[in-house]
Amino acid sequence: MHINLDKEVFPILLRLISNYLDQGISIWHFPIVDKSFLEAIKHIENNSKESLFRTKKAKDLLFENDLSITKLLKLIVGKEECFEHYLFDQQFAHPGWSGMVAVLESNPKLLFDKRKITLNDFIIIELLLEIDVLYDKYDDLWSPLGYKANLESYNLFKEIEDKELFTVYKIWQEAYEWTYYQDVLSGLSYSFNNQNTTINDTSFQAFFCIDDREISLRQHLELVDEKCETFGTPGHYNIVAYYQPDKGKFLTKVCPAPLQPKHVLKEIHKGKTIKRDLHFSRKTHSMFWGFIYSQTLGFLSGLNLFKIMVSPNYSAGTNYSFDHMHKDASLQIEYNPKKQKNKEYQEGFTIEEMTDIVESILRTTGLTENFAKLVYFIGHGASSTNNPYYAGYGCGACSGRPGSANARAAAEMANRSDIRSSLEKRGLKIPNETWFIGGLHDTTRDEVAFYDEELIADNLKNAHQENLAKFQKALVNNAKERARRFDNISLSLNKNKNYELVKKRSLKLFEIRPEYNHATNTLFIVGRRGLTKNLFLDRRAFLNSYDYKQDPTGDLLATILGAGAGVCAGINLEYYFSRVDNHRLGAGSKLPQNIVGLIGVSNGVEGDLRTGLPYQMVEIHDPLRLMTIIEQKPEVVLNVLNNNQNVKQWYANGWMNLTVLDPNTGDFFNYKNEELVPLQIELNSVNSITNIEQICLTSRENLPVSFINKN
Amino acid sequence: MNISYIINYFIFIPAIGFLISLLIKDKEGNEKIFARILEVSAGLSLLLSVSFIGYWLFHGMETINLKELTLYKTHNYEFVVDFFFDATTATYLLVGSMITFLVGKYSVYYMHREEGFKRFFTTVLLFFLGYNITIFAGNFETLFIGWEILGITSFLLIAFYRLRYLPVKNAVRVFGIYRIGDVGILMAMWASHHLWHENITFLKLNNYDLVHDHLAGHTWVGVFISLMILIAAAAKSAQLPFSSWLSRAMEGPTPSSAIFYGSLSVHFGVFLLLRTYPFWESQTSMRILIGVLGLFTAIVTESIARVQSNIKSQIAYASVAQIGIMFIEIAFGLKYLVLFHFAGNAFLRTYQLLVSPSTVSYLLRDQFYHYQPKQSSIEDTYSSKLKHALYYMSMKEFYLDVIINKLVFKNIKKLGGYLNLLGIKNILYSFIPFYIISIYIRLNNTFIPDEIIALFPFGFAFFGLLMVLRAFSERHQPRFAWILLFLNHFWVALAISFNDDFDLEEIGIYLSGVIVFGALGYYLLTRLMKLEPNHFSLYQYYGHVKEHQTLSIAFLISCLGLMGFPITYTFIGEDVIYSHIRVNEYYLAFFNASSYIVGGIALVRIYARLFLGNHIKTYHPTPLKTA
Repeated sequence: MHINLDKEVFPILLRLISNYLDQGISIWHFPIVDKSFLEAIKHIENNSKESLFRTKKAKDLLFENDLSITKLLKLIVGKEECFEHYLFDQQFAHPGWSGMVAVLESNPKLLFDKRKITLNDFIIIELLLEIDVLYDKYDDLWSPLGYKANLESYNLFKEIEDKELFTVYKIWQEAYEWTYYQDVLSGLSYSFNNQNTTINDTSFQAFFCIDDREISLRQHLELVDEKCETFGTPGHYNIVAYYQPDKGKFLTKVCPAPLQPKHVLKEIHKGKTIKRDLHFSRKTHSMFWGFIYSQTLGFLSGLNLFKIMVSPNYSAGTNYSFDHMHKDASLQIEYNPKKQKNKEYQEGFTIEEMTDIVESILRTTGLTENFAKLVYFIGHGASSTNNPYYAGYGCGACSGRPGSANARAAAEMANRSDIRSSLEKRGLKIPNETWFIGGLHDTTRDEVAFYDEELIADNLKNAHQENLAKFQKALVNNAKERARRFDNISLSLNKNKNYELVKKRSLKLFEIRPEYNHATNTLFIVGRRGLTKNLFLDRRAFLNSYDYKQDPTGDLLATILGAGAGVCAGINLEYYFSRVDNHRLGAGSKLPQNIVGLIGVSNGVEGDLRTGLPYQMVEIHDPLRLMTIIEQKPEVVLNVLNNNQNVKQWYANGWMNLTVLDPNTGDFFNYKNEELVPLQIELNSVNSITNIEQICLTSRENLPVSFINKN
Repeated sequence: MNISYIINYFIFIPAIGFLISLLIKDKEGNEKIFARILEVSAGLSLLLSVSFIGYWLFHGMETINLKELTLYKTHNYEFVVDFFFDATTATYLLVGSMITFLVGKYSVYYMHREEGFKRFFTTVLLFFLGYNITIFAGNFETLFIGWEILGITSFLLIAFYRLRYLPVKNAVRVFGIYRIGDVGILMAMWASHHLWHENITFLKLNNYDLVHDHLAGHTWVGVFISLMILIAAAAKSAQLPFSSWLSRAMEGPTPSSAIFYGSLSVHFGVFLLLRTYPFWESQTSMRILIGVLGLFTAIVTESIARVQSNIKSQIAYASVAQIGIMFIEIAFGLKYLVLFHFAGNAFLRTYQLLVSPSTVSYLLRDQFYHYQPKQSSIEDTYSSKLKHALYYMSMKEFYLDVIINKLVFKNIKKLGGYLNLLGIKNILYSFIPFYIISIYIRLNNTFIPDEIIALFPFGFAFFGLLMVLRAFSERHQPRFAWILLFLNHFWVALAISFNDDFDLEEIGIYLSGVIVFGALGYYLLTRLMKLEPNHFSLYQYYGHVKEHQTLSIAFLISCLGLMGFPITYTFIGEDVIYSHIRVNEYYLAFFNASSYIVGGIALVRIYARLFLGNHIKTYHPTPLKTA
């Protein structure tokens, strides 16, 4: 008789684990949550009339003193050489849940409602449930499964032989990548040889995140106002902290995910209210309240459905970037030992720490002189409705949150006279009349908000007002450039109407593609703005401002790569893998997805948790590995890599490519076998355009790298 | 002014929409056209229904009956399509048109660029057609047409992601449960033929004296009919013991889950009870049974809903609990409250399902600001032994899934397994001579005594059932299973032919569709076998639709034809057959009904195993089985 263990075990196992880890969907949560997964199950088994298991034998195994994976494997698999293979197959049959358990084991802080879970416990329960099914079906009349397995014919852990096919794949992938890189390097080379002289009397300076979605806005801003200067720096503005909104019971990380902050940045906002919506109330699922609600709220739902259709509006299901930190709120940025309440993290920063933060932002980007009167620090976030992937649309450098608090805090620090004088002692002089303003760019809606505008000195207020108009113009142009990727917006639509449609996407309940996020990202360029200012890169590059002249030792470069390389590689590879095998490494289609335990999504109600990104987020992405291009002398770069193993491994192991542009000669060097070797590449002629709008009308596909000749 | 002819438009609009949609080519550029067809069909329906119902409300709210057309008629049998309109129809019409319109409108954005765009919109239109036929049906026959369409469209929408294992598996399961419900209607139709000696209209059921008089002498028939109606209603509305199918049906794109399972489809059990209310209202035992079933369902599904940690099944079970309460309301005769409750529940659950992806951001935000570490629930007041047991029971869905699976499907498989000796050769070699002899006996019987002849129908119907059971358990040769299912109809026809006044024409009607689609299906299977000799059995899912799309559609249609779906005269034949089973021949009715359920499931399974599920070939990306 044949048996399908997966079919018998998965339904109960997956339900059990998701009920245990549930963060707040179920009305009646798992009965024991203060014990570890295994202990909780033991406790219930001891105190329940109904068992998890079908047979007493499996239940007895649970209580044996020497309960371990090995012991259970001996029972069910028997042959020791099959153990690893068996576990591999077992866990990779539901990679979503196994992965989630493993992540929560190593990082339990990710959950608001804490649980003690280990992969070990999870595997033990899975093995027990399997053994249970076997006992139930065959009583004692079954032999360990391993005895029938033939490992010689298929050994999972065998060294992979180099096959000709793999070589072909490799060549194909590299050809695919270099076809694009070649255009980019040709463009950069052309741009390098045709750099404009520096701007005199700069009108304003604006910092943006290195994010690939910000480069088009920067370019449009520079086209609107030729005298402005823009910079790129990771959007957490060097603030490595947790953020705590007013009335928030938890902390939320606003720095790159791998960093472990020691600080917390608190929002102070007295008048804050949090909207609630009865439709999400668990009460509607109870028998009695359901009866009442369905006959009252139900009809309201009907009306609501019509209303949303006619005019999509901000609703409880909207994730609105500007909600992250309220405009009227303020931030507690300075550490005050007397007011410190949090036991784990320091609330606010000391003068020393603030000076470090500001210094690093300015030095790494190369802005150490020629300050304009107004300098903007702009973070970014995204807004969408009915979108479980909303965090994936935020700022990667802020762990998927909007960067408003960081930008605002950094601006406030830079404005403080005590910080400025302490910066001056370190040789960085910010003129007295220069004022920093924090802001937030919503990449979905193409809107910008500025903070603490009332603090701007009177003589600068007019200039700021003028800048606002410039920003607005640039945003409208930016929305137009972005919209060419949206199938349901006509290419020839006029700018203003287009802008309204783009904004609406963030509010529509059924808009699966409010924006395309990082899709198409392929480049990470570290260098002066002059290199890319007139280069149309089709929103495919992460841009980190860096002036090699101010960094002869490479220390600043080490800082930049330390923060940026991991963030960019993480994003690029997530898109890469989700695109190459969307079914298994990505999340498949977003449409049938179901929210599980507030920690994941699955298809339908029985499926495993999905990993990676859904098809709708990566459909326009070409799976190319990220090409990092650094403007610096090759020997400096090599030195930086060799001294920073964390950075080096990305390049040495082929997760990203690296090319160095020698600023003295304009030659390219490619990183290969841990060496920088002169790049043998024939440069193409560069496509030339007069304005961006025109080229955007031509196609919805990727556009060629082009040089913008304004005259 | 007589406006009842307008009713026709409610059927025509979606029917025309469906036909147009079928004709348009499936390519990305046509996305908008499909969406527009649904939008216009549902929008027109909505406009028309609002004005029609408005007019009707101000003109006395009289019940309307419209005898539409006679599809088939003999001296003692008539298949009439008949339409009916009352407050129940009005409510279902309004809610249905509104929700279909809205969901259609949203799906334009939602389904943008999704593979299977045409399939989605065409199936929703067909569903809408089935919906309208069902709610306007004036007699059981018409209702059954709509009912069957709802069943098959549900299957298609659940299995929308047809190259993944779980949607397909669940679609087959749900289809099985729907099929059990269908038998309720078939048996109710059979028994009521004999009770009324005609195809009774729902209008006549409203005539209290008439119903009362007829039932007076046939209490048991009355109880039997009511019970069958209740089985059909319980299966469709996911009441006990069928409740577990609803959450498993949440496999399609979110909008389709919303219309089907959250709101419209699942309320059809309630509809059926409302529609037949005059029939069983005087049967106290029946009313108690309905109420008790509703109460138990509400209690059980409420507990299950409470422990769900994923949003869609939570909504599904909560919705079922409300429908349980509706059953109680019906039992108390609170007709208008039920209608009100239905509409509210339908809108609420549609909305909740449509915004379910927002749950993460909303609840996490809510928790971020309002988190309380240990929220107590009422269960905390129970003793811990009881509490834990109840928790596990709820988590295991009170074994409902296991019960249905073991009780019905496993047993059928087991029965079929006993028949494994019946191979293709011995069946064919014994069938043909045996059948010819039987026909000869039927036509020129002179030598066999009548008492023995009387046993023949029983035997033949039993043979028919054996064929179907064997087909259900067949794994190795799809074509053999197909032949068995094909032959079953011949046994049924033969069995009935031994009943007195059954003529050849009626047999012809019944077998016409069977022969045509049986032959077509056999041809298609042979073709597939030649194309895919290494991937052709019923042991697993093969997903051949990926490479053989046309073949797949043609085979699906053949399956529908063979199972008596209302696209051929066989559908009417099915009803004619039942009209010939005498009221005391309940075994014959039982065998036929069993063949009908199992045969339908076996057909859908052949289709699903060969054409749906994870594609066997892996030169392209394929999902994991658990995905």
